[in-house]
Amino acid sequence: MSMQAEPAGAPAPPPDTGQTAEQRAALSAGARQERRLGWLLCAPAVVVMLAVTAYPVGYAIYLSLQRYDLRFPAQAEFVGLTNYGAVLTSPFWWQAFWVTLFVTAVSVAIELVLGMAIALVMHRTIFGRGTVRTSVLIPYGIVTVVAATSWQFAWTPDTGYLAELLPAGEAPLTEQWPALWLIILAEVWKTTPFMSLLLLAGLALVPEETLRAAMVDGATAWQRFTKVTLPLMKPAILVALLFRTLDAFRIFDNIYILTAGAHDTGSVSILGYDNLFTALNLGIGSAISVMIFICVALIAFAFIKLFGAAAPGAEVKR
Amino acid sequence: MAEIVLESVTKRFPDGALAVQDVDLAIDDGEFMILVGPSGCGKSTTLNMIAGLEDITDGTLRIGDRVVNDLAPKDRDIAMVFQSYALYPHMSVRENMGFALRLAKTDKDTINRKVEEAARVLDLTEHLDRKPANLSGGQRQRVAMGRAIVRDPKAFLMDEPLSNLDAKLRVQMRTQISRLQRRLGTTTVYVTHDQTEAMTLGDRVVVMRQGLIQQVGTPAELYDHPRNLFVAGFIGSPAMNFVPATLEDSVLRTALGDLPLDDRKRQMLQRQDAPRQVIVGLRPETFEDAALTRGRGGPSRPTFAATVDVLESLGSDVFIYFAMEGGPARTAELEELAADSGQQDTGGAEASQIVARLDAATRAREGAPVELQVDMSRAHVFHPETGLNLTHHES
Amino acid sequence: MAAVGRTHATRWAIINIVVVLYALFPVWWIAALSFKTPATLTDGNFIPREWTWENYRGIFDTSEFTRALINSIGIALISTAIAVVLGTMAAYAVARLRFPGKRALIGVSLLIAMFPPISLVSPLFNIERVIGIFDTWPGLIIPYMTFSLPLAIYTLSAFFREIPWDLEKAAKVDGATPAQAFRLVIAPLAAPGVFTTAILVFIFCWNDFLFAISLTSTEAARTVPAAIAFFTGSSQFQQPTGSIAAAAVVITIPIIIFVLLFQRRIVAGLTAGAVKG
Repeated sequence: MSMQAEPAGAPAPPPDTGQTAEQRAALSAGARQERRLGWLLCAPAVVVMLAVTAYPVGYAIYLSLQRYDLRFPAQAEFVGLTNYGAVLTSPFWWQAFWVTLFVTAVSVAIELVLGMAIALVMHRTIFGRGTVRTSVLIPYGIVTVVAATSWQFAWTPDTGYLAELLPAGEAPLTEQWPALWLIILAEVWKTTPFMSLLLLAGLALVPEETLRAAMVDGATAWQRFTKVTLPLMKPAILVALLFRTLDAFRIFDNIYILTAGAHDTGSVSILGYDNLFTALNLGIGSAISVMIFICVALIAFAFIKLFGAAAPGAEVKR
Repeated sequence: MAEIVLESVTKRFPDGALAVQDVDLAIDDGEFMILVGPSGCGKSTTLNMIAGLEDITDGTLRIGDRVVNDLAPKDRDIAMVFQSYALYPHMSVRENMGFALRLAKTDKDTINRKVEEAARVLDLTEHLDRKPANLSGGQRQRVAMGRAIVRDPKAFLMDEPLSNLDAKLRVQMRTQISRLQRRLGTTTVYVTHDQTEAMTLGDRVVVMRQGLIQQVGTPAELYDHPRNLFVAGFIGSPAMNFVPATLEDSVLRTALGDLPLDDRKRQMLQRQDAPRQVIVGLRPETFEDAALTRGRGGPSRPTFAATVDVLESLGSDVFIYFAMEGGPARTAELEELAADSGQQDTGGAEASQIVARLDAATRAREGAPVELQVDMSRAHVFHPETGLNLTHHES
Repeated sequence: MAAVGRTHATRWAIINIVVVLYALFPVWWIAALSFKTPATLTDGNFIPREWTWENYRGIFDTSEFTRALINSIGIALISTAIAVVLGTMAAYAVARLRFPGKRALIGVSLLIAMFPPISLVSPLFNIERVIGIFDTWPGLIIPYMTFSLPLAIYTLSAFFREIPWDLEKAAKVDGATPAQAFRLVIAPLAAPGVFTTAILVFIFCWNDFLFAISLTSTEAARTVPAAIAFFTGSSQFQQPTGSIAAAAVVITIPIIIFVLLFQRRIVAGLTAGAVKG
């Protein structure tokens, strides 16, 4: 292949056989039409998604490099990575980071076990399957704020039935550790059903005959579960874990309602929100936003690399 | 009704894979043409190109006297029966069968008349208002057929239409399709991987392999005069036996014994410069129990002894299987055939096993020796590298 | 045998009841609160001693709640409609057509699906103030529809993929134009999937809290979840507990209706394509 530019107006290099080349161009018309239709159909969705995320993300990165306090907009100026330095050296960030990590890890672990139990119940129950599924969908569908409010009232002394179970004078939502466990409880209650439905779909993929074969081979119920069911539904488990971990890391609604982040119970999202809307510091707030995004990306990356979790929808075969 | 002509039709997929290569084929008006071959041989791609569901990369396709390369399927006036039947699940049987006519803006009365007529032929009248989900496999298959025949199209294209039926139903539907096609006289292109279907249904059969046509001919031609190893091995069940042989003047030395060649075959081999190492092809029915043919022997009917390994009696015939010393014949074609028939999965490819089809009167017993006679006038000799039948002649 | 069967059934009944109770008791609790009179509000009882509609009357008397309810319904419906239309188009292309850039599209939507919303709140807050849609319906509709698009594309393309490819080929051979094939064959078969997706997207929009408190500042666009957080009660001298509980129950009703009527579909939609291992 020579890199020489062809003189303008020179005829194109002769195709192997003139006629078939012409035909080839005409023949791929169908494929070209399909391609154009594909682009046309995707364009609106892509434009919207890019306009509402890509641009703001870029803008967030730009903001995070500015000193930008809404109370003193005139003092806005480029400060490089100063905001990141401020965030990374701030005890508030680390406090929020560990809280978020703790809540994420503990609640996802509990959800996995509990969700698997509920999934098995839904899969195996001999009657009332519809009722169980319907009631399990309610926590999934209910507005998080509503559920969180219910928990908050339940644990508030003088109002709540759960608080009454505690010794008088206890106010669990006003102490760090009890409050964190209550946040985890609210999170687990709300999202376990989603987990269990994903796991249920995975259970449905385990062929009944394989389990029968294991039974004939002399496996106990527990062995069948650990040696046959679990390995076969590994992809479903990984997808469910990935979804829930990413979701749990963004926890906001439950904490906002239950403690508003007081008593060292704030998550990174709460911290970001407070800096943006209470302290009105767009620069610091944006830096926190970008850091959260990086954390989420790292979690997703780790999942896909470590566990080989197939990104859902990545395999588009035809 | 129309003839369908393919002139050096080629299909290359975007990833560069060549699915169909330079196919030349003229299907006569009213002919029942079968495309047969192992999976991936390009038969379905060829059918899809005729239907307009796949672009033609190169070459010309004519239906009737029109070049239809660039026509959308809807403008080709062809009907297709899919392997999955592809019945519209949200429409009743009546609506399914009338869908094409409705799209063609035929008036309601005509649609109803034609649908009912087709339903009568296919014995679907009492199911007309049911949904496909409520039909049995055989009924669904008939609806798919009905959807094709109501249109009275230029051609029927059928893509393995019987492969989802159980064995018994398949045989029934086979005869029904054959009868229907003869009655309607519509040009039909029928894709299958089942050589029995190919042999019983087709006026002519196209055997394909790796995107290339291997041979086109009537079922009898393909059976008696296969052009190469692949066709010889693919057509016929049980398959032809292949025995490695050394050619010495007028004798083929094989593990079975020395097999003499008649003059005509010897001359053909000489003329074509046959190599020393060849492959002899013997169909199961070229063997006979020597005890039953006393006196009908002769120089072209050598005998040899074998020990019966397995014996299968079908009542009318008896199949015996016996081992042959030395390895089996090995070529790329034979390996592909073995893979396609699942022989490799059962480990059958390792043993060099010979099948013989004997008269039911035979006294052969499992584990006992038997004297067998071979009818060498029906033997084929193949070139081991090119796979060509060196004793092939156009009938 | 019968006795064994019966103990078996009893065991499953108990297990099922435990699961149902687990799912329902926080909902029951807040519903109970909403029916309590101010005097018994703090008794911590699981069943109200005195029943009253007063809390509901109270919140429907304030524009604070009725406006929020209208905002919630309108914003969720519009976002759902747009997301489902755009999502259907893109999902059809993803599931059915061959075109370069498809992988990129799937990648982008996946990226957005796992995006932390807080990362977008600050720039959107600023951008929306500049272009003047802060604290308006479009100000919430746009982010909602963006964040629900991946969900819609993902769920719908799983549904489209389940429609056999052969049906479209059959329609083409039967003489249908691409538009006819879509209208007469694909659309009727995809309708249940589209409907399911619409429910999921609606629940997603209905549920949002972070955008709702960040991108609104007045009754003009504040949705119920945000309004609940800012509730002060129907009168200044009253604890807002009863009002909050009543408001919470009101916005839970549509969810419960959806779940009761469309349980099967929601389950199918949530798990569509998630586990095609």
